[in-house]
This record gives sequence, structure tokens and C-alpha cells, in this order.
Amino acid sequence: MSELQVKPLQTTPSQTVGPFFSFGLVWEDGPYVVPEGTPGAFRIEGTVFDGAGVPVPDAVIETWQADQDGRFDHPDDPRGPVRWKDFRGFGRSATDPVGGYSLLTVKPGPLPVIGGGLEAPHLNVSVFSRGMLVRLVTRIYFPDEEANTADPVLTSIDPARRATLVAESAPHGYRFDIHLQGEHETVFFDL
Amino acid sequence: MPTYRQDTASHPPVRFPEYRSNVPRAPHRPFVLLPQRLGEITGPLLGEGRVGPNDNDLTLGHDGEPQGQRIIVSGRVLDGDGRPVAGTLVEAWQANAAGRYRHDADRHPAPLDPNFTGVGRTITDADGRYSFTTIHPGAYPWRNHDNAWRPAHIHFSLFGTAFTQRLITQMYFPGDPLFAQDPIFNSVRDPKAREAMVARFDLDTTVSEWALGYQWDIVLRGKNPTPLEEEDDDE
Repeated sequence: MSELQVKPLQTTPSQTVGPFFSFGLVWEDGPYVVPEGTPGAFRIEGTVFDGAGVPVPDAVIETWQADQDGRFDHPDDPRGPVRWKDFRGFGRSATDPVGGYSLLTVKPGPLPVIGGGLEAPHLNVSVFSRGMLVRLVTRIYFPDEEANTADPVLTSIDPARRATLVAESAPHGYRFDIHLQGEHETVFFDL
Repeated sequence: MPTYRQDTASHPPVRFPEYRSNVPRAPHRPFVLLPQRLGEITGPLLGEGRVGPNDNDLTLGHDGEPQGQRIIVSGRVLDGDGRPVAGTLVEAWQANAAGRYRHDADRHPAPLDPNFTGVGRTITDADGRYSFTTIHPGAYPWRNHDNAWRPAHIHFSLFGTAFTQRLITQMYFPGDPLFAQDPIFNSVRDPKAREAMVARFDLDTTVSEWALGYQWDIVLRGKNPTPLEEEDDDE
């Protein structure tokens, strides 16, 4: 099992992305989890707010998700290769001067849980910004999903805070605001 | 299926008010533990298409040479078990030699260098090795506290192979007199972990009559041991 008997190494510490990442981390195709024109594609847009309710103009949002079949394009997904060409599964959007981000994606399929059950369709989200020393992790669920009521993560959250993980329907797809603090503070995860 | 172990002692706390802009932005409520399932143990395998042939040389791409001390920064990306992380994208960005970023929001009245943008990308090789050619970044003031200066640093962004391994960090230079007053550097409480953010000057990496050399290894999370009792995990 353990082919390596070396002493575990300490992880390099996290540091802030700082205010000036956008000339380095912003990619032209970053906001495209799928290419424009993909059947079923929609936008997820939202605003990042700080504790004073002020939009955060220097944050970067990253998403990671399964494809429409609920599969990850990755060797550790034991179910084999994905059938969707050009599906990157990864999105990156910096916030604009009024704190807004925008991504083009498709709804992932439900995910099997080893040992039984399903995770409802969702995106894994990382949030980085000036002022944060560690990345924040959250999830975006969809409002129109029956499967949400049986999702093992969503149902483990205090019911009063669950809504912070569910997007709202919007004209071109969905809206998902992120509140770093305050009454509507988004649920963030440790993993 | 692998899971990845936490190493909270190496990281800064979520809330660290000495870093002033942390105060309105650090969440107040405790994080909820997220089990590591398929979405957490997989991650974007971003590589080839993202990097051009000279993207790891930040001194190229302009009409002339950038100002400043030319340096080579190289090292390995490893996981916490000492295994090289091969084929992973490494992104780097930094201020110029005068301590100014090529960014609209940077108001530090130091000169911009027309021959330096300050962005690089590369992919680790089979041994997890990366290398950047660049110039030594300058320190700069940032108003966090009275007479506050950021130590010279290069920002690094890494993915590893799993969502759990994602890391954004900073590389510092040895012996910087600005460490003691920098809350971002000192937000890391473990002295050994702090030291791990500081590159090592390395004469072997130095290229005669051309560039000074530094070595800096980056360690991402290691894997948890596979539980032995679960025999039916091959589905």
C-alpha cells in the first residue's frame, strides 16, 4: 500500500492572491466552462459582498464541476472518460469594478456517493481575494432540483443557512451572490 | 479513491486583523466540514494548451531587456508524501524591479518598465520541476500600517491534481529585512512553515555572468492512507 515511507512534508502555506492578480490570472477563455453555443449552456452571475455590504472588486471565482452525465474529466473518477468534447469543467472569473463575476456553463448531472445515495447537481467554488489569506470554498446548487432535498451536504446544513448555497433563477441562467460576512454570510466549507 | 489530508497548522488563520483588509472580508461563522468525494478529489488538469514556449521567461516578449537583477527561480512541486506533481500548471505574477505592478489599481509612484509585464506560466516536468527566468521584484509600500512595506515576493498559483490541492501562495527572498513588519508573511504562525515560503539562494542555479539563481520547492497536500477494511471500493 504505502510504497513511500518518507516523512510527510509540510504543506506550503497559503497567502493572499493580492489586489493585482488580474493581469496574471485572468484568461480570455476563463469564464467558459463550456464553449459558447454548447447545448443547454447558461450563465451563472453574481456579486461578491464584504461585511459592510460593499461589492468586492478584486476577487477571483473559480468553479469545478462534473459534466452533464455527472462525470469528471479526471483519472480518479473511476467511471472512465467523459463523452463531451471541449468540456473543461473549470471556470475562472475575476470580479469587475462592481464586484460581479460571470461564467458560462451547463448543469452537471447528479453524482454517485460511494456507499449509496446521490449528490444533487452542484458546482464546487473557490473564492480568492485581497484581504483573504486562505481560499474560501463553497458550492452552488440549483433552485429547480428535486434532488436537493436528499443531497447529503445540503441537508447537513442548518436550514436557516441552506439558501446561501442555492442559486436563484435569472434571465440568462442563474444568480449566485457571495456574502463574505453578515446576516446572509455564505456557508463556506473546510475540506 | 484517494482523499487528501488537511495541514491546517501550516496555513494562516481565516481571520487575521493585523492584515487590515482581512477585517471586512474574513467570514465570521465556522466552516462546515465537507466530505471528500468525487468532486473534491478530482480537479482541473490544466496543462499544455495554456502555456506557450517562452511563457516561463518573464524577461522576453518586449522590445528590450527589463530593468533589474535577472534571476532564475526553479524548484519542484511535490505533494505532502514527497511525490513529484508532474504536468501541472504553475502561474506566477509579480511587481517590477521598482516595486510596481502593471495594473491599473497600482498607484505606487515608482516607474513602470516598458519591457516587463510580470506574468509567467509553466508546466512541471515528469519530476515535478519548474523554472522561471525573471527579474528580482522590488519591495513596495501598501499603507496597511504606518510605514508598511511588502517584502519582495512572487505570487504563485498551483492546481495539483485535485480540488483539495488548489493553492495560491507567495515566494519570498532569503534574509529580507522587511519580514518582521509584514502581517501577510507573519500570518503564518508556524516558523517552519513561514521559512518554507522563503527561497534558497543556490549557486548551482546561478548562470555565470547572466543571472542569480534561487531554488524553491512547493508542497501541496498529501494523500490520506487508504483504509484497508474497505475492500469493495473498486466501483
